[in-house]
Amino acid sequence: MRTAISSLALLEPKSVREALVMLRDEGPLVPLAGCTDVYVNLNFGTLPQKRFLNLWALDELRRIEMRHGALSIGALATYTRMIRSTLVRKRLPILAAASREVGGAQIQNRGTLGGNIANASPAGDTLPVLAAAEAILVLRSAGGTRRVPFNSFYTGYRKSVARPDELIVAVEVPPVPGRQWFRKVGTRAAQAISKVVMAAVRASRPRIALGSVAPTVIRLPRTEAVLSGGGSVEEAREILSGEIQPIDDMRSTAEYRRRVCQNLLEQFWSETA
Amino acid sequence: MKFTLNGKRVDVEAHPMKRLLDVLREECGLTGTKEGCGEGECGACTILLDGEPVNSCLIPFAQVRAARVKTIEGLKGKHPLQDAFVTEGGAQCGICTPGMILAAAALSKDATLEEIRLGLAGNLCRCTGYEGIYRAIRKAKRKTRRATH
Repeated sequence: MRTAISSLALLEPKSVREALVMLRDEGPLVPLAGCTDVYVNLNFGTLPQKRFLNLWALDELRRIEMRHGALSIGALATYTRMIRSTLVRKRLPILAAASREVGGAQIQNRGTLGGNIANASPAGDTLPVLAAAEAILVLRSAGGTRRVPFNSFYTGYRKSVARPDELIVAVEVPPVPGRQWFRKVGTRAAQAISKVVMAAVRASRPRIALGSVAPTVIRLPRTEAVLSGGGSVEEAREILSGEIQPIDDMRSTAEYRRRVCQNLLEQFWSETA
Repeated sequence: MKFTLNGKRVDVEAHPMKRLLDVLREECGLTGTKEGCGEGECGACTILLDGEPVNSCLIPFAQVRAARVKTIEGLKGKHPLQDAFVTEGGAQCGICTPGMILAAAALSKDATLEEIRLGLAGNLCRCTGYEGIYRAIRKAKRKTRRATH
C-alpha cells in the first residue's frame, strides 16, 4: 500500500444520524461503503483525502423494500444482495443483470449501489440502469432529506449536485413501464470495466441510457424521440451518433464505441419488438 | 478489535484503515493470504468474510469488527479442495492457490462447471490455464457430495 496509513483518520458513527452530524461538523469526510473503489486509489497512493467515514456498520442503509409503490434500495445494498433480491429481480431485472456483470464474486460481495453512484465513474455499470428506470436518489443531511431525479444528479465528469454534508441513503425506483433491456460490452465477461454499457426500456416513449461514451452516464432524448415518433432504426442510429461523445482511451476507441452503440440500439430494438 | 479468525475469537490491535490483507500477514502472522494486484482484479488475497469470498486488499480492518474471517490456514491442510488441487495439478506457482481454494470453498457442493467458472471469475491464474483448477474443484465437490449422502 503506497499511502501512509498513519496519516489517515477514520470516523465510526453508530447510526445514520450520527454519520450526518459528523459530515456536518467534522467534514470534509470521504464516506466508506464496500471500499472497492476507494481502496484501489489508497493502495496506489492516488487518493488525496485523509479523513474517512465508515458507513459499513449502518444496517439501516441495507434495506431493499417497497415504499409508496416504489422499489426502495438502501445505499449499502451490495451487488450480491441485489442479485439475490426477489424484489429487484421482479421490478428491475436489469439492475440484477448489471450487478451480475460487476467484477467477480469478491467485488459483488462488497461493492454497493450507493458507492457506484457516489464514485461517479462514467463507466459505472448500474448507472445506465438507474437512468433508464428514472430513479430518484434520496439524499440526507443533518438538516433534512431531499429527493433528486437520478437524471439530474450528475453535472459533469465525476461531479454531482450532492453537497459534502449529504449522504446518498437510498435509491427509489418507480414502476418501469415496458420491457427492460441491458447489455455491457467489455473485454471479458467478468472483472472488466465497460467499453460501452446500455440500459433501455421499450415503452411508448422508449428510454435509452448509455455509459462510457460521455463524461457522465447519459440518456438519448433525440434518439428516443425518433423511435417514439415511428422513425426507423436506421434513422435512430444516425441520431444516436450525434448524441454521444465517446473518446479513445486504454479500453477502447471512439470509433469502436460509436459503432457498438449503434449496434446495441438495433439489438435492443429488435429483441424487444 | 475483536473478531473471529479461523474459528477462534481474537483481539487484534491495528490501525482501522490498515488493509485486512496486511493485518492478517503482519499482525496475525498468517502469510498464506497473498497479495497479487492490490486493486481487486486478481483475487489472490481472497478470504472468506462471514462465509463469502472478498478481496482482503480492499477491506479496511475496521470493517471486520465482530465478523468471521477464514483464511487458507483455517482449512488446516485437510480440506478436500486442498487435496484435489495437489492430485489434479490445480496449482503451479502457487500464488493464486489460496484465493482459488477459498473462492471454491464458498461454492455449493452441487455447483455445476458453469457455476464454478462464474464463482472463480474474480480469481486469475497465469500458470495453469484453469483446466486443472476446475478439475480439482469438481473432484473435491464430488467427494463432498458423496460424504454427505
